[in-house]
Amino acid sequence: MSQFSPVLTKSWFKPASHTYAGYKANGGYEALPMALKMQPAEIIDAVKASNLRGRGGAGFPTGMKWSFVPKDSPKPKYLCVNADESEPGTFKDRLILEQDPHSLMEGIAIASYAIGVHTAYIYIRGEYLEQAEILEKAIAECYEAGIFGKSVLDSGWQLDVYVHRGAGAYICGEETALLESLEGKKGWPRLKPPFPAVVGLFGSPTVVNNVETINTVPTIIKMGAANYAALGTPKSGGTRLVCVSGHVNKPGVYEIPMTLSFNDLIHKEEWCGGIPGGRKVKAVIPGGSSAPVLHHSELDVAAEYEALKAIDNMAGSGAVVVMDDSTCMVRALWRVSKFYAEESCGQCTPCREGTVWMERIIKKIEEGQGEHKDLDLLKSVVNAIAPYPPIGLGTTICALGDAAALPVHSFVDKFREEFEQHINEKRCPFPHPFGVLADEGVRS
Amino acid sequence: MAAPFTTEQQKQFDEEMEKHLARFPEGGKGAAILPGLHIVQDLIGWIPPEGMVQVAEKCQATPERVREVASFYVMYFTEPKGKHVIDVCTNISCSLRGAETLIRHMEEKLGVSMGEITDDKLITLREFECLGACGNAPVLQVDSRFHMNMTLKKADQLIEDLRKQAGKKS
Ligand SMILES: Cc1cc2nc3c(=O)[nH]c(=O)nc-3n(C[C@H](O)[C@H](O)[C@H](O)COP(=O)(O)O)c2cc1C
Ligand code: SF4
Ligand code: FES
Repeated sequence: MSQFSPVLTKSWFKPASHTYAGYKANGGYEALPMALKMQPAEIIDAVKASNLRGRGGAGFPTGMKWSFVPKDSPKPKYLCVNADESEPGTFKDRLILEQDPHSLMEGIAIASYAIGVHTAYIYIRGEYLEQAEILEKAIAECYEAGIFGKSVLDSGWQLDVYVHRGAGAYICGEETALLESLEGKKGWPRLKPPFPAVVGLFGSPTVVNNVETINTVPTIIKMGAANYAALGTPKSGGTRLVCVSGHVNKPGVYEIPMTLSFNDLIHKEEWCGGIPGGRKVKAVIPGGSSAPVLHHSELDVAAEYEALKAIDNMAGSGAVVVMDDSTCMVRALWRVSKFYAEESCGQCTPCREGTVWMERIIKKIEEGQGEHKDLDLLKSVVNAIAPYPPIGLGTTICALGDAAALPVHSFVDKFREEFEQHINEKRCPFPHPFGVLADEGVRS
Repeated sequence: MAAPFTTEQQKQFDEEMEKHLARFPEGGKGAAILPGLHIVQDLIGWIPPEGMVQVAEKCQATPERVREVASFYVMYFTEPKGKHVIDVCTNISCSLRGAETLIRHMEEKLGVSMGEITDDKLITLREFECLGACGNAPVLQVDSRFHMNMTLKKADQLIEDLRKQAGKKS
């Protein structure tokens, strides 16, 4: 591959990159005046042509989502930026908020003008207190600079932007639960349709977009939709952010070309630089804990929407969790399943009951109390939530059901021998405790 | 019902609420419930029933609705908590990097189990889900502020610092 140069993260970690002045000094706020000279429909067409796909998890084409908002609605329209970022393994949006909040602000201004929005809310998870403070500062700077307020850059377009803090609930990242939560209710997802683009916040047409999605918009306008699209593959334009954690030498957020394989991402020196202690990879979660796990024999696949879909997997939230060959797959799955059991909102019976059941069964196997029939029971419990493959067969109100089922299906199918070994030996055969702290050295 | 706030706190609460209520359209003032509960908790450390009533009145909602919201979200304390809250992530990326050992160590050091408050009411220790800093695992938060790349040494220091701080003030 020829030299790859990032387009989204090139100003990160530069001094004052999070301030208005710092952003401007790095070429920021050049896209907004360009956008304000375009017709709103032209902007939507440009975003369509860029092949930008939503970075929140579902990968839905952004321009298309914007075009679903009815133009002639007498009701106000809203933009909600999804900064709930709670999918285990995911931390890219936090880095955007810390390093490049004004790129998000510029994206909000452009998107609002394109969709016809005068009020935008940034729904940020309550735990991101420091990040909410950064956003409050950035917003204040924008009012000061005439980016927000009565007349965006003297265009006559009015725009108000507010930060709204959640209070600790993974489910509020699901777009309709987010809207419920923003309205001051418990985060119970709504039945779709109607979709938020038609009936969203306060019953009005609403676009919900991920932080990274909106943060990418200024880059698209500035470099041109065709140029941005050309960086990617025919169906997924541009570059994307992945957040790598677990057993790699250099964990962190990376902006990658869509064609990069997991093998290269994990092992190449310019990316994550291999596994601590020179160990081998056993398994990789490719798109947040909701995605099916990849076996180490599957890592030549590109970290990109279509390539992953072709092997019944998903790019999800971009969270790549790497597990080395000392890792117990049963305990790893238990950690993941415990999360879904705790975070199910309880509206749908298969999800409410099923997630608790699967957590219990996996724990029992991990503790050496499992029986062979437990594996069949486990599969039947998750099949009642969502059979697999392919992805998306769930019958519950929201995709948390699928998200809970997919790891179980894939861990058990791909690493069945480890589950059986636990059952046969009546104990966990892997090193304990499960992980090693930095001050304890490296597991040899 | 007894007033939850001092006069000064009441003034702050009223002002903060006005700011948030102005952000939402008529008929949508319930949207200020979450911010309202945050404000109450910031002012008095937890959310007593009288605090919920105040939030309800401002937001044109019933106290029952506010109570339902307060109990749905894990960041809201409807019982008194320790002066500080330590939330330790034990989700997958942090566990892969030793969070289970970290938790056990902190439980021993503080003499409590997960979910409990220390005898001196200084610290509530909780096991938490992914905090969004998995690249710097293991991670914990003290009062919603991040502490990353945790080690046993750093955990000891952190607890010492919180204790020292409390000692100085009293
Ligand atoms: C259980 C669940 C949790 C989710 N959490 C998030 C989240 O934290 N952040 C996010 O942007 N999207 C999250 N999503 C996806 C949103 O529902 C929605 O698709 C997304 O915000 C749309 O933005 P995009 O089109 O820009 O990706 C979640 C979905 C589900 C089912
Ligand atoms: S699938 Fe689970 S989380 Fe989603 S609405 Fe149903 S019960 Fe709630
Ligand atoms: S898994 Fe611990 S911060 Fe994400």
